Amino acid sequence: MTAVAVTGIGATTPVGGTAGDSWNAILAGDSGAVLLDGPEWEALPVRIAAPARVDPTTVLERVEARRLDRGQQLALVAGREAWADAGSPDVDPERLAVVVGSGVGGVTTLLDADRTLRERGARRVGPLSVPMLLPNGPAVTVGLEVGAKAGVHTPVSACASGAEAVSYAADLIRLGRADVVVCGGTEAAIHPLPMAGFAAMRALSSRDHDPAGASRPYDKGRDGFVLGEGAGILVLESEEHARARGAHVHALLLGAGIAADAYHVAAPDPTGEGAGRALRLALREADITPADVVHVNAHATSTPLGDVAEMLALRSALGADLDHVAVSATKAATGHLLGAAGAVEAVLTVQALTNRVAPPNRNLEDLDDEIGLDVVGPAARPFGDGAGVCTSFGFGGHDVALVFAAPRQDTGGVA
Amino acid sequence: MTNEEILAGLADIVQEITGVEADRVTMDAAFQADLDIDSLSMVEVVVAAEERFEVRIPDDDASGLVTVSDAVAYVQRSLAVSA
Repeated sequence: MTAVAVTGIGATTPVGGTAGDSWNAILAGDSGAVLLDGPEWEALPVRIAAPARVDPTTVLERVEARRLDRGQQLALVAGREAWADAGSPDVDPERLAVVVGSGVGGVTTLLDADRTLRERGARRVGPLSVPMLLPNGPAVTVGLEVGAKAGVHTPVSACASGAEAVSYAADLIRLGRADVVVCGGTEAAIHPLPMAGFAAMRALSSRDHDPAGASRPYDKGRDGFVLGEGAGILVLESEEHARARGAHVHALLLGAGIAADAYHVAAPDPTGEGAGRALRLALREADITPADVVHVNAHATSTPLGDVAEMLALRSALGADLDHVAVSATKAATGHLLGAAGAVEAVLTVQALTNRVAPPNRNLEDLDDEIGLDVVGPAARPFGDGAGVCTSFGFGGHDVALVFAAPRQDTGGVA
Repeated sequence: MTNEEILAGLADIVQEITGVEADRVTMDAAFQADLDIDSLSMVEVVVAAEERFEVRIPDDDASGLVTVSDAVAYVQRSLAVSA
């Protein structure tokens, strides 16, 4: 099967405006969560969120920014970083594709346009409202930026969208439909309506007195996730294409697995069956065994039910080998970036493999007995040779697992 | 309002919406051919001009505004009718 290389990474997150800044901030134990200040937030039952650390409108040209939804702005910022990091590949546009997902699409554009319609009338609704609110908008934005003509796609699978995008990007390369694919996810949904909706599901942490401590995966005191915003983008490329142009290869994407729970519209299957199956499928595609896995960047959103179900899934797929795996929960720092989460965490998994260190969970103080596992706590943990896994799950029972490894040396074999 | 004042107002609007430098917005410039203003941005320019000059520019008339001088003349006529 065609080997897939990661040749570029980019991210803009609640802890940093680039992939490198985000990684360093997470290693340093930073948090992106804040208490939202202002009259529009006062009536909400939950006021904690994790906005992008660097406002994309301060990075983009003014006119460029005003034509884009915030999620598109974030995708463009991360996309440009990833594309430059890959060395701006000289690739036939008809062999270049884009796969960028989003969980909720241009929701702030939609809600702002609705307010304009009600307050000022139909003629004042902007002509760019539709391209700004369509879910494919971020993929189109990135596609226009790089001139991709092999196809521009938008997987939508709630909080698994970003990881699913990476998985489909690898498929395009393996099917021979593209040589280079720019992929990932983006989200910008910090607005009173989504906040109220997630709060109505009792999905958000209500730890308003301690925003930075609110996202605490695996901790006994966890009570929900913190809504974050940002984007993560990777440049995937057939290994052959990458080697031929002398590109630096950050990592290989060895395999991906996708499953569905067929269980509930929002709740995770408490047994973690689908999630475990996705991981087993990914390991099979990667042609590795659980003993080869050294690091997992877990979905771990800090919800009471989800974290336990996912740990059961990891155990079912990795068995006793899970005991020697460094399991990280980076949402403790970033909050939950919904459709961007899997892509940002794929970037972080690649960075972990590059640096051979599992990032910390800054808020893990009292490990939940039900987790019953030695997950990485407030201190980062070095690890040895092997594969890194990123898991992502979404409302609706979407399960995605990605398996990465450090690039093989010229002598062959996985390093 | 003088033609020069209308031109200056249009130039501000065009720069705000499209980023085209205001000094490129001259009387003989064509919105699409010379200033690269696409049809969606032109809708924004027209709506912003309606607000700024307090005139109404129906779509059928807006589609006939090819050059900046067309727009200036249209606004001037509309202001004269409403005065």
